Amino acid sequence: MNPFKFSMAQNQSQAVNMLVSNNSAALLGGGTNLLDLMKEHVAAPTELIDITRLELKTIEKNALGISLGALAKNTDTANHPIIRSDYPLLSKAILAGASAQIRNMATNGGNLLQRTRCSYFYDIAMPCNKREPGSGCAAMEGFNRMHAIFGWSDQCVAVYPSDMAVALSALRASVRVLQQDGSSRNIAFDDFHILPGQHPEKDNSLKHGELITSIEIPENKLAAHSAYVKVRDRNSYAFALVSVAAGLALEGARIGDAHISMGGVAHKPWRALKAEAFLKGKTASTANFRAAAKAEMAAAKPLSHNKFKVEMGINSITNALEMALKG
Amino acid sequence: MLVIIERQPTIAFFSFQLINMKQKRTALSPEEQKLFGDLMPEELEEVLDSGLHRRHFLKLMSLATAGLLASHLIGAEQLFARAADIDDIQDLIPGAIENGVNLSFNVNSKATKVLVDSRMTLLDTLRERIGLTGSKKGCDHGQCGACTVIVDGNRVLSCLTLAATCEGKSVITIEGLAKGNELNPMQAAFLKHDGFQCGYCTPGQICSAVALMKEAKEGQASFVTKDIRAQQQGILLTDEEISERMSGNICRCGAYPNIVAAIKEAQTGKSVEQNWLFVG
Repeated sequence: MNPFKFSMAQNQSQAVNMLVSNNSAALLGGGTNLLDLMKEHVAAPTELIDITRLELKTIEKNALGISLGALAKNTDTANHPIIRSDYPLLSKAILAGASAQIRNMATNGGNLLQRTRCSYFYDIAMPCNKREPGSGCAAMEGFNRMHAIFGWSDQCVAVYPSDMAVALSALRASVRVLQQDGSSRNIAFDDFHILPGQHPEKDNSLKHGELITSIEIPENKLAAHSAYVKVRDRNSYAFALVSVAAGLALEGARIGDAHISMGGVAHKPWRALKAEAFLKGKTASTANFRAAAKAEMAAAKPLSHNKFKVEMGINSITNALEMALKG
Repeated sequence: MLVIIERQPTIAFFSFQLINMKQKRTALSPEEQKLFGDLMPEELEEVLDSGLHRRHFLKLMSLATAGLLASHLIGAEQLFARAADIDDIQDLIPGAIENGVNLSFNVNSKATKVLVDSRMTLLDTLRERIGLTGSKKGCDHGQCGACTVIVDGNRVLSCLTLAATCEGKSVITIEGLAKGNELNPMQAAFLKHDGFQCGYCTPGQICSAVALMKEAKEGQASFVTKDIRAQQQGILLTDEEISERMSGNICRCGAYPNIVAAIKEAQTGKSVEQNWLFVG
């Protein structure tokens, strides 16, 4: 780990000011990913600003839905009585990720800012455009079994690792951010994480000097019919090969609105827009679920080692929708 | 003979703590003094004078192999339940530290002050500065759980926690679980069920399991909880629930069935059947 100055922010504006005054400073939440990256010399901030003492830990209902404090822990969020009863998809997705110890440490804002677990990104002896722009992508021709099948570019084929974010994408959340000038802005979840394009070094649309203050989830009618399916190499404590967050807003036997997002397949939580559009107004049946899944996965562009993810995606979407229907 | 075979892994597990005691002075209780007097009369004075050393430990090991220790010790593990006393923490050389952070926190119910480098993890601080070597460094990347400790009541990974972030917090390590010579029920259950082989992951497993008891009491859910919307306190954990909730602690010896049995027994307070039968 490179030497760094340790600072503690007492309030939000102080945190933003400290961040603005040092271009190579980073905010420290749970640290479960950042510290690991620093040990591997992938990240080398010259200053860490501990923001865990800020008052951004509340989870509360409001007129539009529910607001999750950026510094509330993943464990507390997943176990919050209102989240469990009204947004069980989010609880399930959080609990599908990491281990109990890590969920006790990880914050909601930090979860969104996790970096890819692509092994070439972590290995500083290998080229990686995300870590070192212009150095090349070792995964493209290397071992890319875990990598993307949607939205990748010739610069980067990495996938985004969070489970929580897949549920937030399906729940059509937004991210509230405090800006340098003291004002706030809301970023729609679909716009928060970005595809790699020609700049894979950027994971999201957050600017240096901005602080996530909360995640806002609008009210929905999915609580009784939602499911999170995660397919992985071992039963627990592993990143997804493919995951699916699904919710159905039913109107009798028909689907008023289908919410489907995927993890483990792209550089961001992948909204299954084609599948969602296919299902709108249709009868909730396995045949329709499978047809929707096939419509979505038809556009997949697998790499040399991950063709299996296409069929796995079809089965996982179908399975998640069946589970959501059953409730 | 069976008793001795059962006891060997027990001794091996605690060996890590003993080897790591190094030069620490450890005051022995009257029972412990008697035990050492029986087993190593010629060295008792030295043990009393300068604490435990590796050669004492090796001698204990050879006694254990010969079956003498096991036959002498009823509740032998109690001897090792207590942690080494924390000596005064040596200061770092002034000027040798670029980004120092003065840290005041509570370790195993003892107020502790220490100057650390900003880069220092809680794990390294506990092991290298405070002398509590029970918490183990397995992967140092948050993948194995060997470094699990309990901070403000919650299990966390000390290898991914910067010491500087622990200001004012309360840390419990494996050394802080026993009350004097009395083991924590989870420690006793691990011993009874042989919830380990080499013992390296065990301090993390036990700290994790102790915190799990609180989580179950509070009614926290896991990924395998059948109905996430139904909320109740005081969950009685099934084997499946224990496996899922303990997945952050890897045991490369594969003592998982025994660990699950130990946790079940600690939670219910009732005897749980062993997961294997001795042959012959």
